[in-house]
Amino acid sequence: METYGHEHVIQVTDLRRVYGGGFEAVRGISFSVRRGEIFALLGTNGAGKTSTVELLEGLAAPADGRVRVLGHDPYTERSLVRPRTGVMLQEGGFPSELTVAETARMWAGCVSGARPPAEVLALVGLESKARTRVKQLSGGQRRRLDLALALLGDPEVLFLDEPTTGLDAEGRRDTRELVSALRDGGTTVLLTTHYLEEAENLADRLAIMHEGRFATTGTPAEVTATEPSRISFELPDGYFAGDLPPLGELGVAGHHTDGRMIRLSTHEPQRTATGLLMWAAQARVELRRLDVRSASLEEAFLRIAKEVSAERTRGTSTKEYAA
Amino acid sequence: MSATHPTSRPVPAATTALSRMAALARAELTLLGRTRGALVAALFVPLVLPVSTSQASQEMDLAEAGLDTGTLVLPAAVGFSLLFAVYSVLVGTFVVRREELVLKRLRTGEVRDVEILAGSALPAVLTGLAQCLLLAAGCALLLDMSAPSAPHLAVLGLLSGLVMCAALAAVTASFTRTGESAQVTPMPLMLVSMLGSGMFFPLELLPDRVASVCALLPLTPVVTLVRGGWTGDLSANETLGAVATAVAWIVVSVFAVRRWFRWEPRR
Repeated sequence: METYGHEHVIQVTDLRRVYGGGFEAVRGISFSVRRGEIFALLGTNGAGKTSTVELLEGLAAPADGRVRVLGHDPYTERSLVRPRTGVMLQEGGFPSELTVAETARMWAGCVSGARPPAEVLALVGLESKARTRVKQLSGGQRRRLDLALALLGDPEVLFLDEPTTGLDAEGRRDTRELVSALRDGGTTVLLTTHYLEEAENLADRLAIMHEGRFATTGTPAEVTATEPSRISFELPDGYFAGDLPPLGELGVAGHHTDGRMIRLSTHEPQRTATGLLMWAAQARVELRRLDVRSASLEEAFLRIAKEVSAERTRGTSTKEYAA
Repeated sequence: MSATHPTSRPVPAATTALSRMAALARAELTLLGRTRGALVAALFVPLVLPVSTSQASQEMDLAEAGLDTGTLVLPAAVGFSLLFAVYSVLVGTFVVRREELVLKRLRTGEVRDVEILAGSALPAVLTGLAQCLLLAAGCALLLDMSAPSAPHLAVLGLLSGLVMCAALAAVTASFTRTGESAQVTPMPLMLVSMLGSGMFFPLELLPDRVASVCALLPLTPVVTLVRGGWTGDLSANETLGAVATAVAWIVVSVFAVRRWFRWEPRR
């Protein structure tokens, strides 16, 4: 029943996960991922990313809500889903005394239509480590071994839980290139990451999770669209903040001074920058360390984290009043 | 990088339960060969202990129980092998694989839960089987024993013992948190079995009430069946009772594993 060409390969509706102790890690999230799309889950530690991914992988049953992967329930219809998915857990999962090649051979024996183990090891650049014991690998090499095994069965859907954590800059770049090549080949990818620029560059769509819910979701452009751009510069010698033109007229939404550094946030970066530069030209001063940058995911992420900590502070103070 | 070929995906060669278990068993056999300590304990202790049973038997009135040194030592040797080469080794295997997150990782793939446990258990079970056959042959030769008069009972006892010890190991692993504690948690069952299942002395020499309690221990029916296989003086009722006890332990163990086995470490 191969009817989904462009349809949703992953569909999640009102998903909840509650742990034994009563902790509600996932509190009603809904989203879907189309074939050939990379969807990234971002969030602070403990936001519920891994708890969500484990439900999609079929490792646990949801407390409530519905998951469909390739049209099936990954928990109850395990045998229909597993041959078509590849999984990379957040942390290893290999016997430490086996060599890389032995580990890959063991996995290949458990995967339908497995590619030759040497081929996937080469794909992640581990061919020279084939005879090395897993316990002697670096953290980054272990991540790459994990990725290689997830790719053994040529999966249609890939779940990658922090695939680049522990990798050096080069390793991260290689993994990103590999993942986007897989996407171009039609593989659907759901990944979690701590690296915001990774999500921004790699993901077609993303969600920022917080306390088990989606704080925001959309394409990287949509998520950052509502965030202000940042402008910063050093005040010229002999000038004070009050000497600047009225900031409101330049479209500045917020500002703060940090020693001699002025930091502005604006939704109209061109208008603000033009106004500042014209003022500087007329005053014949140089705006040293001038920096204009459009909003990135980092702003969105930090704002969400900040709103949350503000909520927490309010929460605690109410409790204090009550006491 | 040509990573996938999504349009012309050929129908993949599907794995079978057997091929998956074989892959796991092969890896686990390699690992067994690399854990020296466990291997030495598994291979040599069951060879040494029967000697002490044999020496102790010199001071017992075995004839009263209708036994001789051979029919005491051989079933005991099988029991030692099951405890050391199968049960105790597998508790460690299951716990260490869980701590290494291997079990969790395997569960993300096509392998079914029962295959993970059975495949991982296979090398130890086969080691135990080979050891039991070797010990039986050795005892028969050295102790000048006659051929077993009811060999099917001995085979039945041995096979049920292998399955039971693997299942009991998974149960013990359910309640063992770390690799270190896996050195200790198998002790109670091992001690109780050695003392109460007729490995150091026959139950016939115990007071009746104690003996009837000991008959319910997991390894007692195994020892009883193997011994009966040689002596041939096990009544139909006694055979049935032993088989029922063994089956009951296997069923209870499987139930306990399904109910309590942990696939991930506690965090």
